[in-house]
Amino acid sequence: MNETISFTLNGKEVTVTTEGERPLLWVLRTDLGLTGTKYGCGEGTCGACTVVMGNRAVRSCIVPVRSVRNREVLTIEGLARNGQLHPLQEAFAKHDALQCGFCTPGMILNAYSLLLRKPEPTYEDIVSGMEYNLCRCGAHTRIIRAIEDAAAEMKGAR
Amino acid sequence: MNDDKLQVAEHGRDESLYPVSRREFLQGLGGGIIILFATGDLGQGQQRRGERPDFNAYLRIGEDGRVTCFAGKVELGQGPMTSLAQTLADELDVSLDSVDMVMADTARCPFDAGTWGSTTTPRFGPILRAAGAEARAVLIGLAAVRLKVPKEQLAVKDGVVFDKTQQSRRVTYAQLTQGKRIERHLEQAPEIKTVGQYNLIGKPINRLDARDKVTGKAKYTGDIRVPGMVSAKVLRPPSHGATLTSLDTSAVDEMEGYQVVRDGELVAVLHKNPDQAEEALKNLKAEYDIPKARFDDKTVFDYFMDNAGEGRVTDNAGNLGSGRKLAKEVVEETYLNGYVSHAPIETHTAVAHFEGDKLTVWASTQTPFGLHRQLTRDLGMPAENVRVIAPFVGGGFGGKINFEQAIQVVKIAKIVKKPVQLIWSRADEFFYDTFRPAAAVKIKSGFDNSGKMVLWDYTVHGMGGRGAKLFYDVPNNRTTLHRELRNGERQHLVKTGPWRAPDNNTNSFARESHIDVMAARAGIDPLEFRLKNIQDEKFRAVLKAGADKFGWTPAKKSPSGRGYGMACGFDVGVPVVLFAEVAVDERTGSIQVKRVVCAQDLGLVINPEGVALQTEGCITMGMGYALTEEIHHSDGRVGDLSFGTYELPRFSWLPKIEMVLIEADDEPSKGAGEPAIICMGGVLANAVYDATGARVFQIPMTPERVKQAIAARA
Ligand code: FES
Ligand code: FES
Repeated sequence: MNETISFTLNGKEVTVTTEGERPLLWVLRTDLGLTGTKYGCGEGTCGACTVVMGNRAVRSCIVPVRSVRNREVLTIEGLARNGQLHPLQEAFAKHDALQCGFCTPGMILNAYSLLLRKPEPTYEDIVSGMEYNLCRCGAHTRIIRAIEDAAAEMKGAR
Repeated sequence: MNDDKLQVAEHGRDESLYPVSRREFLQGLGGGIIILFATGDLGQGQQRRGERPDFNAYLRIGEDGRVTCFAGKVELGQGPMTSLAQTLADELDVSLDSVDMVMADTARCPFDAGTWGSTTTPRFGPILRAAGAEARAVLIGLAAVRLKVPKEQLAVKDGVVFDKTQQSRRVTYAQLTQGKRIERHLEQAPEIKTVGQYNLIGKPINRLDARDKVTGKAKYTGDIRVPGMVSAKVLRPPSHGATLTSLDTSAVDEMEGYQVVRDGELVAVLHKNPDQAEEALKNLKAEYDIPKARFDDKTVFDYFMDNAGEGRVTDNAGNLGSGRKLAKEVVEETYLNGYVSHAPIETHTAVAHFEGDKLTVWASTQTPFGLHRQLTRDLGMPAENVRVIAPFVGGGFGGKINFEQAIQVVKIAKIVKKPVQLIWSRADEFFYDTFRPAAAVKIKSGFDNSGKMVLWDYTVHGMGGRGAKLFYDVPNNRTTLHRELRNGERQHLVKTGPWRAPDNNTNSFARESHIDVMAARAGIDPLEFRLKNIQDEKFRAVLKAGADKFGWTPAKKSPSGRGYGMACGFDVGVPVVLFAEVAVDERTGSIQVKRVVCAQDLGLVINPEGVALQTEGCITMGMGYALTEEIHHSDGRVGDLSFGTYELPRFSWLPKIEMVLIEADDEPSKGAGEPAIICMGGVLANAVYDATGARVFQIPMTPERVKQAIAARA
């Protein structure tokens, strides 16, 4: 059964008409044409599909699109503002915190919500906050460094 | 797509190697200076066919001064896009941002065998440098004429040629190439830069693809959209070897917007959206005949050893009998390693698009040209009508040499006559993977009174011999590979294939565990024991540098309880040594890796940052096969179809990683994508022994196996 669902996506109002049970991931990737959010497992176990809903990182492959009605969703495409990369994006690029890059959008958005909760994270905070985002290429050490760096940068900016 | 009026011009060549003719390639390039060159891969292939080596990559300095390199390599994450551009920019003396890379497109790039192993930097790099140098020489020649200055008096910086004695006399590459069309075939290596002349080589630089990858712009195969495209999901059989006996599609046939296709054993559901196609698979009713299998993941090792065929001796020196006589002690052990999955985060994906008599395929593959060849053959289509493109690939590790998903999607698209995209589900990815083979290694060895090895009898069952060649100096040695069962029967029931540094992970785990077992029996410190038995100066230098960095000191007793381990290895010409420190929880059997030091000799290092990245990747990924990763199967059913049971390394596992590179700038570059991973099994097994006194003979060292080994310790 199709439903009409409106929500805020990267700061803009969008409306889709589709089955409410469908995973947010695929509505983003197909109906809305935003392919930056990646499919890695479809079961909530890898984190490649992570987006931010409200202020919380969620795994869009297991979020029914119906549940984002009237909510705010942020995807990797919405992170840079006016062509200006977010400090996390800058830091990931600067520290080579990626190889194949397939886990990267999910990593960045998960880190984004982590920094909202903990603007000054310890090493352990980062590890436990990122623990279940998988990276097969083994970019982990760099990812941690990038998040530390971005946190410092963002603090300076405040 | 500009692929009309294609024709293959030359005769006597394997045309499938040349999806587009040489003339076609060159016509499309426009003006400027063009250098054609062949990399080692092609040279060998061509020579085997007794033909003149031709080009398989080229670069162009366009009329706007921009440099473009066309190469069939794939960007899988290891950064060839960046390192090749960096190499080229350096030889040509242009800035990095004036280099464009066109990669992995069979219609625009000449043949390339595939991207795997650590071959891109070592094989492709030097030739690209030579081509860059050749182009630079041509440009300097042109500049000499134009500026009326002898060549020797000219220098280049950032694409500007100038008179060293009078810098205002200058001309840019763009001005030189304007209106020209010069084509050179690289026959002999021109003079390339040497250490000290480099501007970019050897400097850390950031990846060229980073920006696109952090903004979500980078296009992977799953991000390709073709008008009218539909999504397919394949019905995965329950087991390898299963045959479909009945199929009832009626429930899906009735649903609007869905279509079921079948081509032999291949069954797929199509829908506009992949998630809905996948949901609908549940409504298919399929029955299969599932044959019984001769072994499962537990009995596989004994099965291989008990039913081994003749075997092939790959190395043989001295006399094993006299080795046995000289030995003070003979030590015999067997080491086991199970099936492992590649598990890239991007699952195999492909898009097939037929237009008239033309076909375009986008695929996440390590071998776009191999896929091109197979499609051409399967479909009986002319080579120039098939185009394969590998966009960014989300990790391969050897698993994307297999392009089954692309074969499937082409079959489906052919039936439905629409563009089709197929994204394997995670379970598909696990199921259809070409697993790293399970293997058993049996070693019988001996040492004399002075701690020198005198006997080494090494037998491998189930895999190949990469890394089996002994680099310890043992006068009496033999290496035997068993890759067939008695009666020539195949060993593996599931598909197997290369996995990052194929065979060498298992071979190095076995050899290095065994070296430590002997050292312990001989009562000699593991480092000293290795130094006693390795003469090679380069290897010794790596060993010593690593030991220094780690702060290795001989223990008063063995096991020392410190949890220190070391392991050596040799891969793609690189001597590598790892040292590690672990902590073992004896109650739970869990292992925490605290610190890893990696020493290696990679020859000339083009991009140190890239090397660091690759090495960290190796160590992190290596913890997986050493500690948790294992595919269980019985009767052809794959027991691990999700990350729920197949555990990849995670953030909390990270050790402190340190690196030592032996400086060898005058030696050719070697790839860093594999060597460090090969020692992970051995170094951790040895560290676990040093921590607990328990020797684990099978990896992964799951908590269960560690507890068993602790219970069994003497
Ligand atoms: S795709 Fe959503 S967690 Fe893996
Ligand atoms: S960079 Fe490849 S999976 Fe993380």
